[in-house]
Amino acid sequence: MNTISPSAPLATGRWRPSLQWLQGRLQVGRGLVASVPTLWLGLFFLIPFAVVLKISLAETAIAVPPYSALFDWDGAVANLSLNLGNYRFLFEDSLYLDAYLNSIKVAAISTLITLIVAYPMAFMIARSSPGRRVVLLSLVILPFWTSFLLRVYAWMGFLKKNGIINDLLLSLGIIDQPLTMLQTDFAVYLGIIYTYLPFMILPLYSTLEKLDDSLLEAAEDLGCRPLQRFWLVIVPLSLPGIVAGCLLVFIPAVGEFVIPALLGSSDTLMIGRVLWDEFFLNRDWPMASAVAILMLFFLVVPIMLLRNAQGRKEEAA
Amino acid sequence: MQLSEQIQNPVPAQAPVDVKAPWHRSDTEPFVRIENVSKHFGDFVAVDNISLDIYQSELFCLLGGSGSGKSTLLRMLAGFETPTSGRILIDGVDISSIPAWKRPVNMMFQSYALFPHLSVADNVAFGLKRDGVPRGEVKQRVAEMLEMVQLGHLGRRKPHQLSGGQRQRAALARALIKRPKLLLLDEPLGALDKKLREETQFELINIQENLGVTFMVVTHDQEEAMTLSTRIGVMNHGEIVQVGEPHDLYEYPQNRFVAEFVGSVNLFEGQVIEDETDFVRIHSPEAEAVFFINHGISCAPGQKVWAAVRPEKIRISREQPQDADNCIEGTIDEVAYMGSLSVFRVLLPCGKQIRVTKPNMARRFDERLNYRDRVFLSWTGDSCVVLTS
Repeated sequence: MNTISPSAPLATGRWRPSLQWLQGRLQVGRGLVASVPTLWLGLFFLIPFAVVLKISLAETAIAVPPYSALFDWDGAVANLSLNLGNYRFLFEDSLYLDAYLNSIKVAAISTLITLIVAYPMAFMIARSSPGRRVVLLSLVILPFWTSFLLRVYAWMGFLKKNGIINDLLLSLGIIDQPLTMLQTDFAVYLGIIYTYLPFMILPLYSTLEKLDDSLLEAAEDLGCRPLQRFWLVIVPLSLPGIVAGCLLVFIPAVGEFVIPALLGSSDTLMIGRVLWDEFFLNRDWPMASAVAILMLFFLVVPIMLLRNAQGRKEEAA
Repeated sequence: MQLSEQIQNPVPAQAPVDVKAPWHRSDTEPFVRIENVSKHFGDFVAVDNISLDIYQSELFCLLGGSGSGKSTLLRMLAGFETPTSGRILIDGVDISSIPAWKRPVNMMFQSYALFPHLSVADNVAFGLKRDGVPRGEVKQRVAEMLEMVQLGHLGRRKPHQLSGGQRQRAALARALIKRPKLLLLDEPLGALDKKLREETQFELINIQENLGVTFMVVTHDQEEAMTLSTRIGVMNHGEIVQVGEPHDLYEYPQNRFVAEFVGSVNLFEGQVIEDETDFVRIHSPEAEAVFFINHGISCAPGQKVWAAVRPEKIRISREQPQDADNCIEGTIDEVAYMGSLSVFRVLLPCGKQIRVTKPNMARRFDERLNYRDRVFLSWTGDSCVVLTS
């Protein structure tokens, strides 16, 4: 932008106003471009959030919609009634706290396993030849071309009592009783790791790909055995990718609903499922909204961490 | 005395020999021995059967263009590449099968390769810590080393907070702290600007002389090689074409490649018409002249040879000089005034261009040679070298 300045040698005589006009137009254009995501976020995130917050402060009512109004006006008196009872109940009934803690536990364990699985994959992709890299990366992204639900159903076909895995193991004579895999915690972890693996691989790949070979050689030259080199140089330098990948997996995994509902058992207690039950079984919209709001706050902290990490990464670059 | 020596030894021009230099003595063992080392990448031969001896405390330069194989040879010494054949000995030990992290060799990388996540002091301490040196000693040695490279006050900074020259010195400190038997430097001054490069050259030589570590430098910059090294190995197409002291290479090149790569040179193609033990006469059709060169060569009669004259050895004058061994006539085609000296491009009648440099001794302008002046170029018989290949 700075190159188009009124004092530029070309901008003489009658050209000057037109350049200024162009500059003005560019500024307007930039404002327009920036306003689109702002508008999007306002329309589809901020306003729904405010609606949910409002509902969480209401009371259940047998009505359409099934909650009381916060604000009423009888012609003379304005009443604002904020019901904090839903939030109090969240802390009184251990079900909710257990669900929150269990969700975090499940998300944390699956994030860790995803990291362990994804790291060598990302490393291999980053180290392979450019031609192969494209193929391997598209293989990572390929599952996104099929519906997520379809892929989870496919896993059901694999894991169920007379599913593909059990049939195979039985016919090979490795087991004589079919294994119970579906509707276990194992299936939930498997589903989450499978689904979120690309979200871990891609940020890891992008940092590992930038890793300078001469740094690895320098480490070797200075006396690092291969494993030391990994812990002392590769891991610290790929830390931004590790943080980004972990948060990209952890945050959605905490609120995951579909995977525990389809692959988990009825006692797999996760907050996404509690939320669903409140909404659709109990028809307690205010309670469900309170659960959602509190989950959001549980997740705001990791999001802040992510933003911080990204800021530091940009600073370092 | 001189005459009889030349009669016994009527081979190409010989450099005077410094008998004290280890590479001229028979009683010194080479410190680094490279024996018939080759490196192939598929069909491509990067290093072609090189044998080279380097002596203790030498500052040896590998000089060559890109793709000459000099970096590959360096990487084989560091242990990042394995030779396809041949072996490398350091201090009598065959290191060919020792992994890079165990070798008594350290390297200073062209990009410096400082760890961006560690401070300067931690970068320097990195190698010592891997060797399990006690904490106190690490701290002390790092402080000493940083002091030596004048970074004592910057130990806490991260590499990206340093200037180019500071980064270069940090990289040097990191490579030297383990007291390697051999230090490899890949284009050590390549990333610095001209002024800083000159300062750093002398600093590097000082450090090398104080520590007595054997240095092996890879560079494509012939000036850098000339000022830094005790000896230079000129590489081309994976082979070493000549090894010698900087003076040898410049004044007594053994072939056209070295003559042209090290400094600039005027080459006249011609045929030997008279070949005596202490002089030759060469007829050059392009210069339409017969050149007298007062050293003998060994070649077949009528063989194609090249007479090589350095630009600064040619006298340029308006008047025809008397009693000159060699004299040709031409027209000044271009003059470049460079302050300390002027560079002339002189056009011969046949169209060949000759490069002549002349120091600007006088401050006055009036005697200056100008564009389109007719001039005589002359040089003595001993300032010219005959090249047969």
